[in-house]
Amino acid sequence: MTKRVVITGMGVTAPGGVGVPAFWELLTAGRPMTRSITLFDATPFRSRIAAECDLHPAAHGTNTRDTRWLDRYLQFATAATTEALRGSGLNSVEEDEWRVGVVMGTALGSATLLEQNYMVMSDSGAKWQLDHQYGSPHLHLAWTPSVLGAEIARLSGARGPVHTVSSGCTAGIDAVGYAAQLILDGDADVVVAGGAESPISPATVGSLDAIGVTSSRNDDPEHSCRPFDRDRDGFVLGEGAAVLVLEELRHAIRRGASVLCEIAGYATLSSAHHMTALTTDGRVLAVAITQVLNQARLGPAEIDYISANGTGTRQNDLHETNAVKLALGQCAYSAPMSSIKSMVGHSLGASGAIELVASALAIDRGVVPPTANLAAPDPDCDLDYVPDTAREHRVDVALSLASGFGGFQSAMALRRLDSGRVETSRL
Amino acid sequence: MTAAAVITGVGTVAPGGVGTREFWQAACAGRNLLARITRFDPEDNPVTVAGEVRFDAGALIENRYLVQTDRATQFGLAAADFAMADAMFEPPALNPFAAGVITTSCVGGAESGQRGLGKLWRYGPHHVSPYQSFAPCHAATTGQVSVRDTMKGPCGVLVTDEAGGLDALAHARRAIQRGARIMIAGAAEAPLCPYALAPQYSARMLSESADPDTAYLPFSHGASGYVPAEGAAMFVVESAADAAERGSRPRAVIAGHGATFSAVAAYDPSGEGLAMACRKAIAAAGCQSQDIDVVFADATAVPAADRAEVTVIKSLVGMKVPVTAPKAGYGRAYASASALDAATAVLSLEHGIIPPIPALAEPIDELDFVIGAPRRAELRTALVLARGYGGMNSALILRRPGH
Repeated sequence: MTKRVVITGMGVTAPGGVGVPAFWELLTAGRPMTRSITLFDATPFRSRIAAECDLHPAAHGTNTRDTRWLDRYLQFATAATTEALRGSGLNSVEEDEWRVGVVMGTALGSATLLEQNYMVMSDSGAKWQLDHQYGSPHLHLAWTPSVLGAEIARLSGARGPVHTVSSGCTAGIDAVGYAAQLILDGDADVVVAGGAESPISPATVGSLDAIGVTSSRNDDPEHSCRPFDRDRDGFVLGEGAAVLVLEELRHAIRRGASVLCEIAGYATLSSAHHMTALTTDGRVLAVAITQVLNQARLGPAEIDYISANGTGTRQNDLHETNAVKLALGQCAYSAPMSSIKSMVGHSLGASGAIELVASALAIDRGVVPPTANLAAPDPDCDLDYVPDTAREHRVDVALSLASGFGGFQSAMALRRLDSGRVETSRL
Repeated sequence: MTAAAVITGVGTVAPGGVGTREFWQAACAGRNLLARITRFDPEDNPVTVAGEVRFDAGALIENRYLVQTDRATQFGLAAADFAMADAMFEPPALNPFAAGVITTSCVGGAESGQRGLGKLWRYGPHHVSPYQSFAPCHAATTGQVSVRDTMKGPCGVLVTDEAGGLDALAHARRAIQRGARIMIAGAAEAPLCPYALAPQYSARMLSESADPDTAYLPFSHGASGYVPAEGAAMFVVESAADAAERGSRPRAVIAGHGATFSAVAAYDPSGEGLAMACRKAIAAAGCQSQDIDVVFADATAVPAADRAEVTVIKSLVGMKVPVTAPKAGYGRAYASASALDAATAVLSLEHGIIPPIPALAEPIDELDFVIGAPRRAELRTALVLARGYGGMNSALILRRPGH
């Protein structure tokens, strides 16, 4: 019998709220959480805006030791995992621990904590040789991103495959896609998967300044992230985490779990064009979308909602609009497509997972979140971007897109389980 | 999901050998290639000995990639070239969407990262290079290989600590089983800079010995941690059917892989997770533990971890199967360590020769360690082991084609 992968639990930590209810309320209210950076003094930088999380780690499952020694993204992920596991009703004691896996995505890992330590160990950049005695006594917990997978595995009681994916801005979708493949290939019954990122640091802001991809609308932070708008001028950094509990359908049924939706298709391709630039035609992303539709045995008319990558850069929004048109033809015009980055910013390796949570909620609640700050659409971006106000809309199939540095183009389809289909997909 | 995935090309960049033939000769010679660090002045550093690669980047990497890549990515680009030449494959593929790239590393482009941080903190934001936005990222090697060689198919970037090299091969096999025709997979690592080394000292796993001859002695009573190294190993992976159609020579079959997690800080002294990874890999390969002809050990030289590994190997295959760890001669190159071990295993199967552990005066156990000189043996099935500091365990079974 062919396997199917379903989502049975979700957790999210995002700017403006911890937990799925607060997150959904924020999205459906269309409220941007972008603000002037408070995490460090951003005065010398070109872009000084971000969507920051206000998380009190102790209140969300992180103990005192970890609050002190683990970078913020691990605290976000801890909160999201705790919520997702609770929601799934998964009892780790009753599971075969060797059949429970973890795949988490992050672009930068503990870069923020490492930078803070670097600054001290190098005497503010004066020395190439670092004096490690001035570093944190637990700095080894920061040195590689695989710490993320390991921390979430400890929390989940997982002893199967535990992997971290670091494919930049598509890492969140890619982690969930990889997790689904592990289940389909029989390597695990349950995989806790998602993404986490805390990139708001001088090094990240500085390097994005250097290529001019972030918004410099510093005097109006709330309206700075404007996907598909004529006056968009770049993306706005965000931070956060999202975690999904994936399991094989029969496993979920056997333990009486409530199923949110199914993962119906996933593809990740490389545009092989440039490390940061995108082609205008969006061809590779279009191929990824087509591959996802084929896996899910869906036609273009069956897509009810598209969760856009929608970063708000000049290039991305045009690239993505053209990719969707190329893949869906005329149907591109009838599927609502919105970017929640307009509200919660771009949290790099976390955003793909956060947007999957939004897509699953759109299926579950019959509401699609809006694109905030879309006052005057770019004439070349002529799809239905759900401007400013959430919309009641039945969603059986949602398509989530991501695209990032390195040329990675990822797409995933989520499908309501009771939508009358019994075909199985092969991710 | 039965399409057999085969390795048709191997490319290595390692201390003692840039190029696969050079690497193999150095491994078989069993010389100790460790030396005092020259990449930076290690005076005042706890770790002063490492395995460095003598690499002429200008001769191997095109200028436009040279300026925008970290040393790790340069290793990866060169190793991918060697692997593709070995497989007699010249990119671009006929269908670029059926050709993909999957790489792994622990520290990404750490040296570029440190250079960028230095400019930012010392001179200010206006001195940060545009390449800083991607050169230090873990995703850079996959991205640059895919751009250079026009590979538009399934791509991926894994980070599973030391186990990554084996996990990348397993992931490439997943892509092949889902219809990709050709995959470049492997690891690239260049961690010999202060920014990559300093965060590790608090774990107390690295050898602080200043004597290159005794700094890294896995499975020995004198073991005092491992010596870091740099390098890369890349593979060309194809389905057996595609390899036959292309007329390329299958060098080894990726027969089985198992990955588990030890929920114990550092290396689990019980070895339970590693043992389960081995059992999963053997079951996936459809073979028995008696079929294993050689074991490539993880060999951390952390005493408790070495003992755990010996226990796992002994209970799995007994005392009569040869066990080796050529990395004792050139150091532990993190994610590339397991990829280089897999490369060595492919070459061993092909040549019927097991490269040795250079020196092992006082072994902690009576396992059949291959010491000092290479050993000829009829090899059909190799088991490669890897463990990450964070608790990741990985086991890979490689088989000689036709067996």
